[in-house]
Amino acid sequence: MSSRPTTESVLARSRQPRRRRPLIIRLLVNPLGAITIAFLLVVVVLAVFAPLIAPIPPNATQLSDVNALPFSPGHLLGADQSGRDVWSRLVWGTQPTIVGALIVLSVSVIVGVTGGLVAGFFRGTTEATGNFLSDVIMSLPGIVLLIALYTLTGPNIPVAMAVFGILVAPTYFRLVRAVVVGVRSELYVDAARVVGLSNVRIIGRHVLWAVRGPVIIQSAFIIAAGIGIQAGVDFLGLGDPRQPSWGSVMQDSFNNIYNNPVGVWWPALLISLTILSLVLLGNVLRDELQSIGVKPLSKAQQRKLAARAGKSFGRPAPQHSSAIAVRDLRIGYPQRDGEILEVVHGVDLEVKPGEIHGLVGESGSGKSQIAFSTLGILPREAVILEGSIWLDGQDLLADRKKGAKARGRKIGYVPQEPMSNLDPSFTIGAQLTYGLRAVQSISKKDARAKLLALLGRVGIRDPEQVFRMYPHEISGGMAQRVLICGAIASDPDIIVADEPTTALDVTVQAEVLELLRELSRERGLAMILVTHNLGVVADLCDVVSVMRNGLIVEEADVESLFAEPKEAYTRELLDSSRSVEIIEEAS
Amino acid sequence: MLAISIGKKLVRAVAVLLVVTFVTFCMMFGNADGIAKGVLGLDAQPSDVQKEVVKLGLDQPLLVQYGKWLLGVVTGNLGHSFFTGQSVNEALATRVPVTFSLVIVTLILTMLLSVVIGVTSAIYGGWIDRCVQFLTVLGAAVPAFIIGVALVFAFAVAIPLFPATGYVPLTQDPSGWSKSIALPVLALLIGSVAGAASQIRGAVLDVQGRDFVRTLRARGIRETPLLFRHVLRSASGPGLTALSLQTIALLGGAVFVEQIYALPGIGQLANTAAQQGDVPIVMGIVLVTIVFVLIVNLLGDVANAALNPKSRVR
Repeated sequence: MSSRPTTESVLARSRQPRRRRPLIIRLLVNPLGAITIAFLLVVVVLAVFAPLIAPIPPNATQLSDVNALPFSPGHLLGADQSGRDVWSRLVWGTQPTIVGALIVLSVSVIVGVTGGLVAGFFRGTTEATGNFLSDVIMSLPGIVLLIALYTLTGPNIPVAMAVFGILVAPTYFRLVRAVVVGVRSELYVDAARVVGLSNVRIIGRHVLWAVRGPVIIQSAFIIAAGIGIQAGVDFLGLGDPRQPSWGSVMQDSFNNIYNNPVGVWWPALLISLTILSLVLLGNVLRDELQSIGVKPLSKAQQRKLAARAGKSFGRPAPQHSSAIAVRDLRIGYPQRDGEILEVVHGVDLEVKPGEIHGLVGESGSGKSQIAFSTLGILPREAVILEGSIWLDGQDLLADRKKGAKARGRKIGYVPQEPMSNLDPSFTIGAQLTYGLRAVQSISKKDARAKLLALLGRVGIRDPEQVFRMYPHEISGGMAQRVLICGAIASDPDIIVADEPTTALDVTVQAEVLELLRELSRERGLAMILVTHNLGVVADLCDVVSVMRNGLIVEEADVESLFAEPKEAYTRELLDSSRSVEIIEEAS
Repeated sequence: MLAISIGKKLVRAVAVLLVVTFVTFCMMFGNADGIAKGVLGLDAQPSDVQKEVVKLGLDQPLLVQYGKWLLGVVTGNLGHSFFTGQSVNEALATRVPVTFSLVIVTLILTMLLSVVIGVTSAIYGGWIDRCVQFLTVLGAAVPAFIIGVALVFAFAVAIPLFPATGYVPLTQDPSGWSKSIALPVLALLIGSVAGAASQIRGAVLDVQGRDFVRTLRARGIRETPLLFRHVLRSASGPGLTALSLQTIALLGGAVFVEQIYALPGIGQLANTAAQQGDVPIVMGIVLVTIVFVLIVNLLGDVANAALNPKSRVR
């Protein structure tokens, strides 16, 4: 894992909440959480203490009060067309509604979670069968089946709710199966198996712990769906006519809407608010349990942050004639609590024309951040707090339009993971041609000829054929050559290569490095080579900058760095890389 | 490759059709005495009930009954109503167009609106995105029947702009038709746009975070062509899946909406038939809905396969 950089890990780190308080406290501190929990508690109290709360028995009729208005004496919410008290009927109707929703919840949890655990753990045919059943059930129109069920059972809400529970079980099934498949492949389950624990105990101990969060979140939504469908079925008149429920009050008041138009408000509000509370609580739970947290800031907010950091952009241009120069670059990521986690703390970097400049350091040291900021392709969450990036006498950060213009024209980008960096929907030829024509006014025919020649140059054996292929049809090594071709096609002055060989086979790695060296020499290309691999640095680079914790700790030409590293950290890095080499050779 | 995968999906769809109709059939026809009692009335004599069971052919083994029903389906004869004697085919022929016009108009509007809203929200972010997220949660949470009733209250009772009930066939009077389905469509539309838009938003955000989008951006492609040519292309697969799920949900919502606006569609028919115990009618409606759902899924799969080069080439 440690060889995988950095931007992801920065985001992941910034997503972790600082303090871990008990879930219930976190929910109550959140205003939305507190409001929804309070409302739902009121509903539960209504359900449990209905006989004490309701002033009148739900089916008691009083002819003198037919269609009584809300807030009339004795009828808080008015009375219906039979003179029954609406408030009392709603209070009495709460319990069956809640019970129905709980039946949906328990049936779907039992069926879905069990199925998901079994399918995820045993895989194979079990999983395929489970997936098939879940797909079939998901595609069924539930309410039509519930209506069909009525012909069989008559008005029987508990049975209908149990069937609905089965119909929504696939949501749990899919969720749990996915989590189990993920957890299963993790080491600790293997370890548990090696230790000799039985499958059942492994599921019980580890997997159930891992799925509890998603299941709790989903349950809020399932209860909401249960209440909705129960009210709906009662509204259609498929419930027990003698028992008041939210849906049947709704039905009565709707049939009477011309005589007593306000009557529909109360059941409609009660049902909607309850469902809404559950859904919002589910969202709060998701935020708290999964902490998807950091939202990208708007442009205005980014400017404000940069201003608050105290210094401004646009310092004078450097004197030297460098290919690209980074000055005082500071990059941060906003946290959930409003603070900013700074990951690059004022970095200077200068690359001369034709120079291959290595940027080395551990994961999370900030090297990819610098590479991305020269290209203007930092993640949306990132904020450049300060600094300038000079190219051709212009500050790319001060003028976003200039930055966008340099992208692809003057700076090319070679990414790390070749397969995920090609658009799977287009042929190699189509995406290369389109990219080239976006930055150069060149006819389709000329672009094609140029790209075919370049593909040949980067070592693709049959350019014509590869041109027509889709990304999934070529190997990783070929894909990386295609990406290099895409980066140099527009004749840039600088290439930013982010771990260009990490994802490749060892034999292919050497070829790609050789190709980069040749291209640099042929075209006088400057190159920023981001890597954690000192072997690559020694092989390819002219100058090296060593990064640690968002700072460049040492910069030197490659011979002197390897011969006499000045910083203790550089020595450490060199030593550990040598010991890795020894281990690799030994194995 | 594409033809094979469509063929496989077709076989699978037929299998699902058989399984679902068989299970429903057994559930509904399993209780022969109950059906006969339902037809005759609850205080029917046991001997009369027995006679009725034989008369309706309910004394035969379930598998035989299902076989006969299936043969009827293939030859286009779905049986007759226990109560009116009307043939199920006829009943469906007048009802299906009502429901389908409701669902299809809503679906087309859902596609247009949810794509625009979902994509805008994903691209612009900020307060637009927050508003959209809030409204989609609201719209997707409130059940269709409550929205339907609220619309009746607002636009038929409080401000009488639209008729509250009734259906005018399109062939008879296009403007009357559009007026008669305006509120029902709106009632269905709110929930389905909310549901689909939030999923499309998610799909676009997901694609925007992919590596290849970053690489294409680094290659100098501007944001607008990047969005229309690359991001939307990749997001269209999950978007289609979201839409096909919404279509199925629409069919469920139509049951309520037809009840509220007294539209003579299959949902309303199902409700009355179920309360009467008119099993052949209910069975016919289950068949129609399942076939509709399977066709929607199949179309979604075919479109997805056509969009995905992995299934197209070789």
